[in-house]
Amino acid sequence: MINSYGELSDTHIDVLREIGNIGAGNAATSLSVLLDESVNISIPRVVIEDYNGVVQTIGATEELAIAILINFSGDVRGMVLFLLAFDDAKEIAQMLVGVEEGDDIGLSEMKISAIKEIGNILGSAYLGSIGTLTGLTFDISVPYAAIDMVGALMSAPMVEFSVDNTKILFIEESFSMETKSLRSHVILFADIPSLNKIMEKLGL
Amino acid sequence: MNMDGTIPVGISDYKTSRSPDTLVTYALGSCVGISLYDPRTKIGGLSHIMLPSSLMRNGKPIDDRMKYADTAIEDMFREMLLLGARRDTIMAKIAGGANMFHFTENSLVDTIGDRNIDAVHAELSRLCIPLVGEDVGENYGRTVYFNLGDGKLKVQSIGKNMNEL
Repeated sequence: MINSYGELSDTHIDVLREIGNIGAGNAATSLSVLLDESVNISIPRVVIEDYNGVVQTIGATEELAIAILINFSGDVRGMVLFLLAFDDAKEIAQMLVGVEEGDDIGLSEMKISAIKEIGNILGSAYLGSIGTLTGLTFDISVPYAAIDMVGALMSAPMVEFSVDNTKILFIEESFSMETKSLRSHVILFADIPSLNKIMEKLGL
Repeated sequence: MNMDGTIPVGISDYKTSRSPDTLVTYALGSCVGISLYDPRTKIGGLSHIMLPSSLMRNGKPIDDRMKYADTAIEDMFREMLLLGARRDTIMAKIAGGANMFHFTENSLVDTIGDRNIDAVHAELSRLCIPLVGEDVGENYGRTVYFNLGDGKLKVQSIGKNMNEL
């Protein structure tokens, strides 16, 4: 049992990284089927940072991005955030929906829906792996989308987990495609009781 | 200090200073930025709170007084008085408290922006600090620049004109 993220051992961190690896592997497979492109994933990072460090880990605070957020709750609770730079989101949306009038200005509702669906598929694939791996059950919310500064988007999950912690833990990996240099992040946030349950189920 | 000479205020942080400095805090989502200013001495402070109340700790010791509206504002107010600000001329302007994602289910972040705004209002009124300007709520992020030369609070959001309070 741990009481704070600081108490996680190297073994715990390795397990979390492996969870990230399996989750993101499934998510990458789903994404590559959807886009008909091969998708590569980075080695997952397990990040434990204070609030200000969290945002700096992901990118520039004021950079424009789209975020798809999924809540999960049940045996364990947390959030999965799919974060994509706005210009990259436009490119991915064009691959799915095609070129539309007004693309130079922003994303149409249809394109936002398409990105939301990608976030949903990625998040569900990721969370499905955790369920399979641990035998824990939880409900997954519908996806929520927002377009804004990275810092403002990240503040939603941070606030959710800030009551009991001065640091935030998340598992993060980036996706990239072979023919295009798009990068996106899938970030999993979980609280300490949830981490304890996951570790217990895995015999640690 | 930033390259442009402005003084950054982080998340769960506050800074106090005096004219001609500019304090800045970036990408407020559901968090609230609170600026306090004494126009006579041109002493001011900018706070970036995450949560409404330290009582949310449920009796556990307060981990970080700069995180909560009910502790951060009072601490910053007292620090300004120590710098020489006059209690009876200090006024407040605030920005932030957005609901970034439109959640339809029960979650802390669902209502946290509104709860932060309410807590800041309550705390300012408890400390008898008049609120003279605000740009709060809605569903977008805000970066604020607080000029201690004139007490102006500039609020910058994506795709919107700069709002000067």
